[in-house]
Amino acid sequence: MERTIRVLVGKPGLDGHDRGAKVVARAYRDAGMEVIYTGLHQTPEQIVQAAVQEDVDVVALSILSGAHNTLVPKVIEGLKREGLDDVLVLVGGIIPEEDVEFLKKAGVAGVFGPGTPTSEIIEFTRENVKRK
Amino acid sequence: MNIEELASRLLNQDKRALARAISLIEDGGVEARALMKRIYPNTGRAAVVGVTGAPGVGKSTLVDGLTAYYRQQGLRVGVLAVDPTSPFTGGAILGDRIRMQERGTDPDVFIRSLASRGQVGGLSRATGDSIRAMDAFGKDIILVETVGAGQGEVEVMRYAHTTLVVLMPGGGDEIQAIKAGILEIGDILVVNKADMEGADRLVRDLEMMLDLGPESPWRPPVMKTVASRGAGVAALAEKIEEHRQYLISSGGLDRKKLDQVSSQVEEIVASSLLAEVMSRARAAGTWQEVVDRLSEGTLDPYTAAEEVLSRHGLLSEEG
Repeated sequence: MERTIRVLVGKPGLDGHDRGAKVVARAYRDAGMEVIYTGLHQTPEQIVQAAVQEDVDVVALSILSGAHNTLVPKVIEGLKREGLDDVLVLVGGIIPEEDVEFLKKAGVAGVFGPGTPTSEIIEFTRENVKRK
Repeated sequence: MNIEELASRLLNQDKRALARAISLIEDGGVEARALMKRIYPNTGRAAVVGVTGAPGVGKSTLVDGLTAYYRQQGLRVGVLAVDPTSPFTGGAILGDRIRMQERGTDPDVFIRSLASRGQVGGLSRATGDSIRAMDAFGKDIILVETVGAGQGEVEVMRYAHTTLVVLMPGGGDEIQAIKAGILEIGDILVVNKADMEGADRLVRDLEMMLDLGPESPWRPPVMKTVASRGAGVAALAEKIEEHRQYLISSGGLDRKKLDQVSSQVEEIVASSLLAEVMSRARAAGTWQEVVDRLSEGTLDPYTAAEEVLSRHGLLSEEG
């Protein structure tokens, strides 16, 4: 039997809009995955600890505040420190073109802007999950 | 990571090993069983508290409040929070952590969300062994939160030493609706959101209902809490401890543990037998033959089952 993919959908930082995150969470659920939804205003450390305890395959971060260049590397460092180097990290939200490269260098596998069809995110996730 | 390494890391309080172990338990199979065999001798120490009740009564917030209280006492806490799996897609949204934000980074708190994965009764099939994994890891107290429960979600009483049934004021006929269901399994009844109108009436109604019930050496106390403010949580925790002492002195705790473990043996025997019979029936072609005849309408399901059993199961030996 195929393992159920577990995804943490988290919102680090201060912005208070989680509509996008909820839409993505719902899409993952409808694709048969288990979504751990952590809610708003998460610190990078809260996200890292949730990822450890929930043993997730994917960490999907939604960031609209513009603070992605600080928050995302902190999450990735934390995941590495905890030995979670096989976790797929995705970022969604309003990310300027010039930052996408920076995030990918930091270890983000995929960056999805507003209006990305959820089916594209699901497919990308399925194809790139590292733990089988 | 092999099973031996996973087990020894878990017993050495490696959080990632515990997380991985629970995933293995969720997926089931021989590896999970090998792991459980290895860690079973280290279990049996933790207190297990079940928290059940209808959706929206504040179970997660109450679990969060109890966790904060136990941490102040210096106890190490494990939380298992179960949410429903979609019957259509197999997916799930597990949102209980939202109400436990503060606790997530405490090194002595481990919170794990479980999807029910088709199991009825308000829990996941992995619940029992996940409790054991947390116990072996060294948790002093394990809080098990069920899916939002109605009348039939009584499974939690099998695993919990003390079961809390959580209610809130304002439902009118709510006691009527659940008195034959989960209310009966409550060792402690909790009226949460007790600052809302109707709380005292609900407490009175519950007491009246308990008056009508059978005499028992443990009469479930009715406790008022406002979990969002932490009000009443310490008194509730004291009652939980009182119930535990009662269980220990009455021999009930040992009985509960034995009941749970012996019914687990029954389950393992049943599922192993089922798997064995079905694999033999499939390999021998009996299964396909039976399905074909069912599809033609020349066989009823009862005779079909008897045929499978008589050719590949125990009935073949016992006559």
